Amino acid sequence: MGSDVFQPGISAGRLDAESYADHFSDLHPRLDPHEAIVAADRCYFCHDAPCITACPTDIDIPLFIRQIATGTPDAAAKTILTQNIMGGMCARVCPTETLCEEACVREAAEGKPVLIGQLQRYATDHLQEQGIHPFSRAAVTGKTVAVVGAGPAGLSCAHRLAMLGHEVVVMDARTKPGGLNEYGIATYKTTDGFAQAEVEWLLKIGGITMQYGVALGRDVTLEKLKTEYDAVFLGMGLGGVNALDVEGEDRDGVVDAVDFIAGLRQASEVAEVPIGRDVVVIGGGMTAVDAAVQAKLLGALNVTLVYRRGRARMNASVFEQDLAASKGVRIVTHAVPVAVHGNGAVREIEFEYVDDAMKGTGQMLRLAADQVFKAIGQTLEGEELPALEGRKIRVSDMGQTSVKGIWAGGDCASGGDDLTVTAVAEGRDAAMDIHSALTR
Amino acid sequence: MADLTSNFIGIKSPNPFWLASAPPTDKEYNVRRAYDAGWGGVVWKTLGLDPHVVNVNGPRYGAVYGADRRLLGLNNIELITDRPLQTNLDEIKLVKRDYPDRAMVVSLMVPCEEDPWKYILPLVEDTGADGVELNFGCPHGMSERGMGSAVGQVPEYIEMVTRWVKSHTRMPVIVKLTPNIADIRKPAAAAMVGGADAVSLINTINSITSVDLDLFAPEPTIDGKGAHGGYCGPAVKPIALNMVAEIARDPELHGLPISGIGGVTTWRDAAEFMALGAGNVQVCTAAMTYGFKIVQEMISGLSEYMDDKGMTSVDEIVGRAVPNVTDWNQLNLNYVAKAVINQDLCISCGRCFAACEDTSHQAIAMSEDRTFSVIDEECVACNLCVNVCPVEDCITMEAMTPGETDPRTGKVVQRDYANWTTHPNNPSAKAAE
Ligand SMILES: Cc1cc2nc3c(=O)[nH]c(=O)nc-3n(C[C@H](O)[C@H](O)[C@H](O)COP(=O)(O)OP(=O)(O)OC[C@H]3O[C@@H](n4cnc5c(N)ncnc54)[C@H](O)[C@@H]3O)c2cc1C
Ligand SMILES: Cc1cc2nc3c(=O)[nH]c(=O)nc-3n(C[C@H](O)[C@H](O)[C@H](O)COP(=O)(O)O)c2cc1C
Ligand code: SF4
Ligand code: SF4
Ligand code: SF4
Repeated sequence: MGSDVFQPGISAGRLDAESYADHFSDLHPRLDPHEAIVAADRCYFCHDAPCITACPTDIDIPLFIRQIATGTPDAAAKTILTQNIMGGMCARVCPTETLCEEACVREAAEGKPVLIGQLQRYATDHLQEQGIHPFSRAAVTGKTVAVVGAGPAGLSCAHRLAMLGHEVVVMDARTKPGGLNEYGIATYKTTDGFAQAEVEWLLKIGGITMQYGVALGRDVTLEKLKTEYDAVFLGMGLGGVNALDVEGEDRDGVVDAVDFIAGLRQASEVAEVPIGRDVVVIGGGMTAVDAAVQAKLLGALNVTLVYRRGRARMNASVFEQDLAASKGVRIVTHAVPVAVHGNGAVREIEFEYVDDAMKGTGQMLRLAADQVFKAIGQTLEGEELPALEGRKIRVSDMGQTSVKGIWAGGDCASGGDDLTVTAVAEGRDAAMDIHSALTR
Repeated sequence: MADLTSNFIGIKSPNPFWLASAPPTDKEYNVRRAYDAGWGGVVWKTLGLDPHVVNVNGPRYGAVYGADRRLLGLNNIELITDRPLQTNLDEIKLVKRDYPDRAMVVSLMVPCEEDPWKYILPLVEDTGADGVELNFGCPHGMSERGMGSAVGQVPEYIEMVTRWVKSHTRMPVIVKLTPNIADIRKPAAAAMVGGADAVSLINTINSITSVDLDLFAPEPTIDGKGAHGGYCGPAVKPIALNMVAEIARDPELHGLPISGIGGVTTWRDAAEFMALGAGNVQVCTAAMTYGFKIVQEMISGLSEYMDDKGMTSVDEIVGRAVPNVTDWNQLNLNYVAKAVINQDLCISCGRCFAACEDTSHQAIAMSEDRTFSVIDEECVACNLCVNVCPVEDCITMEAMTPGETDPRTGKVVQRDYANWTTHPNNPSAKAAE
């Protein structure tokens, strides 16, 4: 603990250097070879394994774990990356407790699943740190595909298309690739610049041209892409955020959680990121938890996460909720914001308690707040997009949109959870479908 | 706490757990600590004539592992003691004097002539040791010099040497057998005819545990080369159990006491050897893997078992399973069982399915929701599913009741016993009277 934790208002450098380093180190440090062998030995090599079914990218988990157990981690990595080119990032950020590890039969047997995610990281790190890219391109097809968005969906789609011999141009509005891998994922899940290193490694396939600072809608139109390229893949994620729609929302200190996180992820020194003494986060998903936890790790004295429904309905997994609690985040449920008070900058935020049907109870709660982070959902931005379903682009199982020649996947497309691994799966599947359309 | 006192061919020990002749019994320091830890007896590391042999100065052991690097099999290229004879004799005498209630047996290996035996036996007698064990088993190094298993593989030599030894000592004589032979009953019979008081088995099995795929040399590798070694540890237990049973159930060998050796690691292993006819057991690899303390579990475990069974002497276990060891052609072909999966215990790993579907009888069904169940119409009760299931007692073999119809064959399960010798498909069947 540094000396400045009690300092009111918003300030940087609340902690000593050691605390910062400790707080923002790897959440699950990489397994060492001995730990990996011990963990791998626990896998039963199940038939038609339920963990594979639970993985959105269908990684052959028993096979890759057996490859680790027999001393061939690079072969294991290839098994993983064949299905999921961002297996390295997914190993770090997948909520495994609700995916592969939840389905692991050893979870049923002993309540302790095989450490699939950590083993996946062991193997992919082993390969990638040697700079080995185990895939090569098929004969060039002469077809070109435009990919909008260099997030997991776009990059996964681009890699698969390049591997199949197509030329790919990836354009992204930002200055760096990776999407939320670079700007959104919690710092302690992807340390040491892994997001950029992974993209660099991925691009070794060749055949992919990156264009940064190019935004669909601003710099280029969909119509143009459609005519200039043989196919278009949309993977621009959810650029907008939902508003609170309460009085005082525009006061200083009330910001989007994703912006706060992006700022933190891009900071060269975490110690230089200012944080309030009293922080309130509104929302119940992964973004809310990540914002709350990281506020706490930056040295905020009081961090309260306020969610409008009960715990069971929170999108953040139990593991994430427990992580927040263990870091000292207070979780308040059944409360909706009604007003942001303050004089220019926020001072307090007021909530009303609601029942399970979201009906107001008349009971109020006021929380001191130097900062309020809004994490009540991201939204799709853009005009003249293919037809929507709800608030996302409607797609078929293989990512086809309502417009011929345009595919979409990841957070901007309908179906599937908003997860890195889902985005990778959808990008890959769309690539396969684009490939069959282009080579038909 | 049951009384575990053992009396093996007149040699008394507080329990039937002895350390086998090997590194654990190599010297005074070890044996004192072994006795202090609770071992009932030791067979001192094999003595030979001076000049003493030398061991390699590189690795002596190779290993086979199970999950979590559990040592399942050990292989060694060690020879007999590499210390002067007199040093060993002096130490044996000192230790035996201080631990009069423990068994002290001395293992011997000298050239296959009468004089060396005549020379060494009085020296051993002088130490106050309780008996000798003749090492006819060591499969490497010594066998190339005409000793160890080179003797143990020739029943005539065994008989001859045993006779010499019996005529030159009053001590009980145990003949240790090598498993590197086609029919273990032959050397056992030779030992019996030669006058041995007991046989002990098994010594180690010829083996190469692994090959270094960078050096292309067997392991353990000494300067780029390797030699076969002797295999021991849990992996050899099934082989040893069978050999013990072969001797125990042979009418010609009836009454020949057996000291059971080979992979004994827990009280249960020991009890199994004893049930198949061993009067006591000897342990090497388990002690080398976990240290002397394991005997405490062996003592408490055997004691609890005996208490549960109402047994008051270890002799009540000895040979209990021998009458039930039979030949295949005596097994009841009218006994019909079916695998049954306990759905509450099943964790849906699908291993039983993969095993049965790919390699056996396609008798396990897998539903959409991963419920695994046995198809009685196909199940031949082979037991493979039980063997591959990771959850203990999740799959069991349930006997069908006579009178029921076996859905696989459509035949009614018969009450009567009927074996292959009378089966209609057997060309040489004798018609049942
Ligand atoms: C704070 C936070 C934490 C998260 N934590 C996790 C986690 O721990 N585990 C997990 O599995 N998932 C997590 N997620 C979800 C995960 O990050 C997303 O599901 C995933 O990144 C979606 O990938 P995508 O490629 O569809 O979109 P994005 O990653 O959002 O990438 C979209 C890309 O498109 C670009 N773009 C947007 N609009 C345009 C345009 N008009 N023109 C050109 N380019 C454009 C963007 O700059 C961006 O690079 C988290 C999300 C957030 C917000
Ligand atoms: C390193 C080593 C050295 C051995 N040396 C001898 C020996 O000198 N004399 C002998 O009779 N048996 C020797 N043996 C064999 C053991 O006494 C025993 O018969 C064999 O290891 C099987 O028992 P286990 O499975 O409990 O180890 C040796 C075994 C090992 C591992
Ligand atoms: S990608 Fe994610 S869900 Fe799939 S196996 Fe790896 S950690 Fe599990
Ligand atoms: S479910 Fe668990 S034990 Fe089975 S294959 Fe998958 S990781 Fe291995
Ligand atoms: S092997 Fe055992 S635990 Fe696995 S599916 Fe079969 S019965 Fe169930």
